[in-house]
Amino acid sequence: MMLARAVGLHLRKDFRLEWRSKDAINSMLFFALLVLVIFTFSFDPLAEESRLIAGGIGWVAMLFATVVALNQSWARELRDGVLDALRLAPAPPNALFLGKVIANFLFVAVIEAVITPIFVVFYNLRVIGSGWQLLAVAALGTWALVINGTFFSALSIRTRNRELMLPLVLFPISLPALLSMVLATTNILTGERAPFDWIKLLAVYDVVFTTVCLLLFETILNAE
Amino acid sequence: MTELSTSVFESSTSTPAVVLDSISKLFGRFAALHDLTATFAAGRLYALLGENGAGKTTLLRILAGLAKPTHGRVQALGAEPQNVSGRIGYMAHAMLLYDELTARENLEYFRGLYPDRPKVSVEELLEEVNLAQVDPNRRVTAYSQGMKQRLALARALIAKPELLLLDEPFSNVDSKSISTMSALLARLRDGGATVIVITHQIEALAGNADEWITMRAGTIVQRQRSIPSAPMMAVRGGER
Repeated sequence: MMLARAVGLHLRKDFRLEWRSKDAINSMLFFALLVLVIFTFSFDPLAEESRLIAGGIGWVAMLFATVVALNQSWARELRDGVLDALRLAPAPPNALFLGKVIANFLFVAVIEAVITPIFVVFYNLRVIGSGWQLLAVAALGTWALVINGTFFSALSIRTRNRELMLPLVLFPISLPALLSMVLATTNILTGERAPFDWIKLLAVYDVVFTTVCLLLFETILNAE
Repeated sequence: MTELSTSVFESSTSTPAVVLDSISKLFGRFAALHDLTATFAAGRLYALLGENGAGKTTLLRILAGLAKPTHGRVQALGAEPQNVSGRIGYMAHAMLLYDELTARENLEYFRGLYPDRPKVSVEELLEEVNLAQVDPNRRVTAYSQGMKQRLALARALIAKPELLLLDEPFSNVDSKSISTMSALLARLRDGGATVIVITHQIEALAGNADEWITMRAGTIVQRQRSIPSAPMMAVRGGER
């Protein structure tokens, strides 16, 4: 109960800060749009080809955009030393982490909701498989990016080159999730194969990494 | 006098609030604290003095539980500082506040993180630090440096701490507010709290501090009841 209450507090604070600064939303939106436009002009695919490559392009665009936002996620806690005040508070450290993960998840989800229609128009896409499966892949995939991204962003917060450190650590560890997301999305778009194995792998990845991140976050937070 | 200053604190004057047992803190090969042993009695107001680099801030961070000593043991309020962080108030060089939030939002947010501590209203806190006349719904970024400093003190008092650790609370604060803040610290002390204040403005605590402790090169070199005469604390902050 205390955890849920504290998560709510952190979440509300993060929404308020983002609503006023729009740092994460703006940077993600423009970065994702930029990647999509560049890929569109680079490949100019036919409708059939689009279904084969759209999963990869879409998720790579979101991965890059997410990293841009995640780099700022903890930076705002470093300004004026607020992180020290959060470390001192007796509220559960995992509440801070979960609050940030949920906030980041929702920010990325908003960008996905905005980008997807543009993506569909640019690539002349028509989903042959189930739209609900696509939604499940989007939710699980976004969680995979955000849970690890938020954790490694916290890990690299005190390093001098944290903007460089985050992608260096996050991309390799996200590869299994990215592979599952891309292949599941491609399978759903083309309707050629069932995407369930990839969705299951994604779900397992999420459970494993959520557990590990929650177990280790307090150590990361209090590291000197 | 408001509720904040009354005797809500549980500290006993018979047991020390802080015990330092041969603590050292190394940053690489540099010893910020060196074999420091001391006790701080409960319910007293200590002024911690010393030149830049003397180890004052490092000591305060260790007492707050934000850093661990490389060697030695620390007890605050009868336990390891990390285990009693809810009973410790800490004000650092940095404001420890969100600039984009209003004063009220900041204080309400941090108060929410201390659910088991006695509640203090935002208005009461702002009055204590002489900010009652300022609109609490203004964003902190619009506050002057001195007002931010007083707001930072209000944040440190949010959970009615039994051990209050303040790092340069009077810097950039006008003289009237310094008197108000100093009197507030004395009232908190009278209510049973232990207050440790790092300052280079000795006159700010004149008449209120119970003991003046001077540090040099990572250790305590002098403890006295009267104001030290050495004018060595004129330079402000920046020490580790």
